[in-house]
Amino acid sequence: MTTRLACHVGIGPAVRGVALVADDNFSARYDLDRVNGVFSRPQHRLYGESYRDVILVLNTAKGGVATAWMLHEMVSRDMAPKALLLNAANTILAQGAALANMAMCDRFADGDVTRLIRTGDRLTVDPAAGLVTITGRVDDR
Amino acid sequence: MMKLDDQEQAMLAGEMGRACQWAIEHQLQVGRMFDAADMVAVSQSHMMADPESLGAAGVEFVERLAADGGSVTIPMITDPRGVDLSHYLPLGQTEEMAELERRFVAACRAMGIMMTDTCINYQTIMPPLFGDHVAYGDTGVVIYSNSVCGARSNFEGGPSALAAGLTGRTPRYGLHLDRNRRATKRFIVEDRPQDLMQWGVLGATIGRMAGSYWEVPVIEGINGAPTSDEIKHFGAAMASWGSTPLFHIVGVTPECRDLGDVGATGLAARRVTAADLDDLGAPFGAAGEPVDVVVFAAPQLSLVEMAQVAALCRGRRRAASTDMIVCTPAQVHPDACQLGYIEDIESFGGTVLTGTCFYQQYAREIGEANGWSRLLSNSAKIVNILGGYGYRPALASMEDCVASAEAGTVIDRRPS
Repeated sequence: MTTRLACHVGIGPAVRGVALVADDNFSARYDLDRVNGVFSRPQHRLYGESYRDVILVLNTAKGGVATAWMLHEMVSRDMAPKALLLNAANTILAQGAALANMAMCDRFADGDVTRLIRTGDRLTVDPAAGLVTITGRVDDR
Repeated sequence: MMKLDDQEQAMLAGEMGRACQWAIEHQLQVGRMFDAADMVAVSQSHMMADPESLGAAGVEFVERLAADGGSVTIPMITDPRGVDLSHYLPLGQTEEMAELERRFVAACRAMGIMMTDTCINYQTIMPPLFGDHVAYGDTGVVIYSNSVCGARSNFEGGPSALAAGLTGRTPRYGLHLDRNRRATKRFIVEDRPQDLMQWGVLGATIGRMAGSYWEVPVIEGINGAPTSDEIKHFGAAMASWGSTPLFHIVGVTPECRDLGDVGATGLAARRVTAADLDDLGAPFGAAGEPVDVVVFAAPQLSLVEMAQVAALCRGRRRAASTDMIVCTPAQVHPDACQLGYIEDIESFGGTVLTGTCFYQQYAREIGEANGWSRLLSNSAKIVNILGGYGYRPALASMEDCVASAEAGTVIDRRPS
């Protein structure tokens, strides 16, 4: 069974992947060890988790402007998430996604995206259509 | 669909070169995401682009724009660099880092960008005027310019600030629209902060409570104008902890003579108590522990702050086990030198870096190279950033930071 989640029109290409979800915020500078591809801020709910090739589902942005360059740098080393889904992106995340050609969507019609999607959900993300679809679970046969 | 004028259409068609075409394509993507109706002309641009953030890919990207003939059309300045090219090897930075820096600076200069390398341009270069539309990077610059100067800017990350420099425009969304500058959350401050660290903690607390780029705090209870340095720390910390780009202080900031000016009369008020401030600051207590490095940065120090640090350093000497780093812009350094402040700080054993900021200069690598783990600062912004870089950051007043550097252990006389 699939679940369709409408959101605002986003940025970047359509992608498929597996969700990694937390009710927390995001900054590439504040939260990540970008060399090793893991969350490195001890206070972050995803501390120690790898973000490589997953679809990150978080609340909003935190902090500064560095993420606008860092997403591009992370993509260049194939050490980046496939997409970012947020309740509310800030300008920096949108600008970074545009430069990095990374999928990003926010403002979900059905409410808090960190509750609508669970870690391990299989997703398709279509930013141009403003649509995210839950197609199953990673442990589904 | 965003409305473009003839010149913007020409940019999009490539008639003004590849670099300008990339810039407006980038701006259109961002503008569509935030429902911008059109573009707005901006008078200045300010770009954050340290080499750690850029990486090799980012430097190559900027070099391509320069090679494509990119040239800025408005005054464009830069945020702190990541490498002080006169002092990088002693800091544990590598030739590879320095070379990325050199290449990036060369590309920027080729495009006509002024390498001012400062996050306090509103104190040192050319503050924007009330109603002035600008495209600023560095969250501290944006929040000060919006709130204190009454200018109009969103957070413009490096790529978007560069795009604005090339096109002379930015998409008209967010804080370029008056309707988004009205207050959405109301706070009452019970006690006026007494030093820069406390101003930062108050800003951080309100930023954390505000919680989103799209919230606009209005603050009551600050009677009488803070100094420029006080409101600098207040805003920079708020922007760091809350991703907040604008605040109003009743009777102080220019858009808010009273609550009615910012549509806040009907908002429920939230008191900011001593317990709230303690809750934010408590994780950054480390009294009695050995301190590896004391840092004055984030934001870079004004001339007045340099005078204050120098006065505290005069006639004293840091402990051999504790380094002290002071970051100030190139616009401040000559005055600090001729006034004897640099000599005072260096005689204490401190290192003054010019045109950089501590957290923007490969903080993880220099921490590992120098054995820095316990870091002490009076900046509520920097302690928020550096946990993810492997540091154990702690907060103290400027006086206690210098005393801690002298003692080699954290002295923190905040009431517990």
